[in-house]
Amino acid sequence: MTMNSARANNDHHHWRKVKNALASTATFVSALLVIAPLGLVFFHLLVNGASSVNWDFFVHLPKPVGEAGGGMVNAIVGSLELLALASVIGIPVGVLGGVYLAEYGTARVNWVLRFAADVLNGVPSITWGVVVYGLVVLRFKGFSAYAGGLALGLIMIPLILRTTEEVILLVPNGYREAALALGVARWKTIVHIVMKTASKGIITGILLALARIGGETAPLLFTAFGNRFWNHSLSQPIAALPLQIFTYAISPYDDWHRQAWAGALVLVTGIFCVNVMVRILTRGRTASVV
Amino acid sequence: MANPHPTVAERVERPAERPSTAEPAPPLTFEVKNLSIWYGEKRAISDVTLDVASNAVTAIIGPSGCGKSTFIRCLNRMHELVPKTRIEGSVLLQGQDLYSITVDPAIVRRRVGMVFQKSNPFPTMSIGENVVIGLRLNGVRDQKFLNERLEKSLRMAALWDEVKDDLHKPGTSLSGGQQQRLCIARALAVQPEVLLMDEPCSALDPIATAKIEELIYELKTQYTIVTITHNMQQAGRISDYTAFFYLGKLIEFGPTTKIFTNPSERQTEDYITGRFG
Repeated sequence: MTMNSARANNDHHHWRKVKNALASTATFVSALLVIAPLGLVFFHLLVNGASSVNWDFFVHLPKPVGEAGGGMVNAIVGSLELLALASVIGIPVGVLGGVYLAEYGTARVNWVLRFAADVLNGVPSITWGVVVYGLVVLRFKGFSAYAGGLALGLIMIPLILRTTEEVILLVPNGYREAALALGVARWKTIVHIVMKTASKGIITGILLALARIGGETAPLLFTAFGNRFWNHSLSQPIAALPLQIFTYAISPYDDWHRQAWAGALVLVTGIFCVNVMVRILTRGRTASVV
Repeated sequence: MANPHPTVAERVERPAERPSTAEPAPPLTFEVKNLSIWYGEKRAISDVTLDVASNAVTAIIGPSGCGKSTFIRCLNRMHELVPKTRIEGSVLLQGQDLYSITVDPAIVRRRVGMVFQKSNPFPTMSIGENVVIGLRLNGVRDQKFLNERLEKSLRMAALWDEVKDDLHKPGTSLSGGQQQRLCIARALAVQPEVLLMDEPCSALDPIATAKIEELIYELKTQYTIVTITHNMQQAGRISDYTAFFYLGKLIEFGPTTKIFTNPSERQTEDYITGRFG
């Protein structure tokens, strides 16, 4: 080998090392950029909101403008009520639809269903608010918890449908065959064997959908509307944490701004907790099939 | 019921069709007549006629893709789980046409149990729950009866002594061979008349295999067994009758001793001696 080619070889080797370093740095920085916003958001919320999160915040109604103190208990409870209402619509339709996709649907129907679900997943959430406003609020002449729950439930359906389908398809066919070979009816096989095997995954999908809609504001603007007081009837406007944060954040009062920070901190912490639950649930995932 | 197929009595008058020539005709569990099966356009089984003797082990041999699995799956209508299957000919179980429109496939499968190549105890259930789940899901609520069946099925599967203190443990905690015997117990618990086995030992070590073989030998006093195997020695050891399939056709069928010592077809001999397949 001549001197020249040895050097060329060396240069080539050097350049390869540089490319390698560049590529790994790029991926590392990108990975950091995923984590950084979460850290920043949390940090910011803690700095601005932690001082206003206290016992009063969780047990008191909002005070009128100018009066210090007060809390958001009505919004916290209102959000939970809305999530419950949304679940009544979103969970059964989403789960059963996902089961249909995975177990019963023909290729063509499934293609249409999946396409529809994926498009719906991409629909801006305010659209749901407008749709429910037109269909429910105008017809029944009033904002209500029902309308808000419906808007959130409609957002849940495609989310749960797709995750349910995916985890049900992960259940090995051997279990279905084993049950059917015992003379067990198809629907019993699906409910008692397939869905039971996939239950962790289905619950995970439901929790993630709840975490997603828990923070939705836009679909509630024209439906649940918000309420500064206790809601005594689901056919009346109801407060929700994201709505209350929105109202307080765009207000001109410093005290309300602080409360908005506190509300945002509580909301994000709640969603964070749900995600931690999901992590715990799915921890043994590889070991126990689904 | 308009039945285009010959009755048992009619068949008995034509002993020439019997696989065994010298011995008197044994009682039959299955009578398969001119059976063809299609998956969509693809023909998996072509014109198979074969009788399965009661309380005996019938081994199905043949190279991969020759239709063995399709054949035993059509004995309990499991092949119908694949969409677009079509069947011609008939399968009689104790004289009853399994493919008559009045027959519920779930009932067929209760009468004709199945054990699969890969042991598949339900991962969410304990050993005990795995055994009785078939009865439970078929509507049996009587706990005393369930407990009786639990013990009896595990004893028949030669697993009781190994697991009787661990019935609450997950079924998947057992070893591979034990899991396969658990699956056999689960199939036996619903009290079938026939046990189909699709290569029940192919994933097991020699010791576990020997246990299953011994079990098959004992079970045939009470059950009719049809088993697929890729292991010629195993077919020779455990079976009374052997059927050789090739490319979806039944090439040869007869008593195992004859098939292995004096096959009539060249293809059978080549396969058994390892010259192809």
